[in-house]
Amino acid sequence: MNLLQKFEAAQIEKIGAKIPAFAAGDTVRVNVKVVEGTRERIQAYEGVCIARKNAGIHSSFTVRKISYNEGVERVFPLYSPRLESIVLVRRGDVRRAKLYYLRGRRGKSARITEKTSYAPKAVAKAADAS
Amino acid sequence: MIKSTVSRRTGVLATKLGMTRLFDETGKHVPVTALLLDSCQVVGVRTMEQDGYTAVQVGAGTAKVKNVTKALRGHYAKASVEPKKKLVEFRISDDAMLEIGAELSASHFIVGQKVDVTAVTIGKGFQGGMKRHNFGGLRASHGVSVSHRSHGSTGQHQDPGRVFKGKKMAGHMGATQVTTQNLRVALVDAEQNLVFVVGAVPGCEGAFVRIRDAVKKVLPKEAPMPAGVKVKTVDAGQAA
Repeated sequence: MNLLQKFEAAQIEKIGAKIPAFAAGDTVRVNVKVVEGTRERIQAYEGVCIARKNAGIHSSFTVRKISYNEGVERVFPLYSPRLESIVLVRRGDVRRAKLYYLRGRRGKSARITEKTSYAPKAVAKAADAS
Repeated sequence: MIKSTVSRRTGVLATKLGMTRLFDETGKHVPVTALLLDSCQVVGVRTMEQDGYTAVQVGAGTAKVKNVTKALRGHYAKASVEPKKKLVEFRISDDAMLEIGAELSASHFIVGQKVDVTAVTIGKGFQGGMKRHNFGGLRASHGVSVSHRSHGSTGQHQDPGRVFKGKKMAGHMGATQVTTQNLRVALVDAEQNLVFVVGAVPGCEGAFVRIRDAVKKVLPKEAPMPAGVKVKTVDAGQAA
């Protein structure tokens, strides 16, 4: 690790965001801090995570949802202090890292089946060992 | 020589580590360049009596002794500092004079102040007019053949019958010294000797860059005068 990476790692630690393990295909609820006039409130944005970019402090993820019959995509910086929390709503069973094909689909064909066999990595490892 | 009433501090010699991002208190993301002061020490001084001008010679980095010429080895020995990879001079005012061997720290700069950063830009080699001078090129169609990215006409007619000197044309691009002025210092990490400036800085990663107080801005009063020196190293030097 060079000095810059070390600094970035320290920055991530300092931000101290609690991020659940989620990947493309998962439905997530992102609680975003929005400022309206002078007061601040939390606004939830829920949709399917269609992409994740893992690049240290520059990491981001894209959430797509259909809002009033219009596809909406938002890219969130993973470690942004503007994100109050990220809540994992549903695990999706997908075979791709980037689900850009969802952009061309509507309705039934844009559904993602739920992943029922999911176990967090640590739990899975413990199960293998026993 | 005109005597300036404003005192001018020394600059520092740093290496560019690369760019990263910071989040400010409002959660805004700030793109910054990380600059490292790698054992940046004063190696020599130029005084008015001896040299006719006032400056400090600053070195940074560590060079292997076997790669340093005998003459330079002697120079470093005289200053009793480790051999440096790079040496530069900074013109200063008389009141900002430093001792030989003083190690400059990142705390030389304070958060919020503006700095000028000088370095040699990344070499681009021989480039056409479009990339080098933002020429428009020729049309995509209407009879243009082969020369879509050419520079077009370079002059007038039989009179003057020549191309004027300094005409912008294709040629070697980059690898020139460039100063980016008025970059804001976003963060100073005195422990790691890192300075973070907002925005981009000329040069490749690992290149030596010169940072000094912005010439077009007034230096904040809180800035250490004559310089932000590492105290620990000075003590160690006295003990030895």
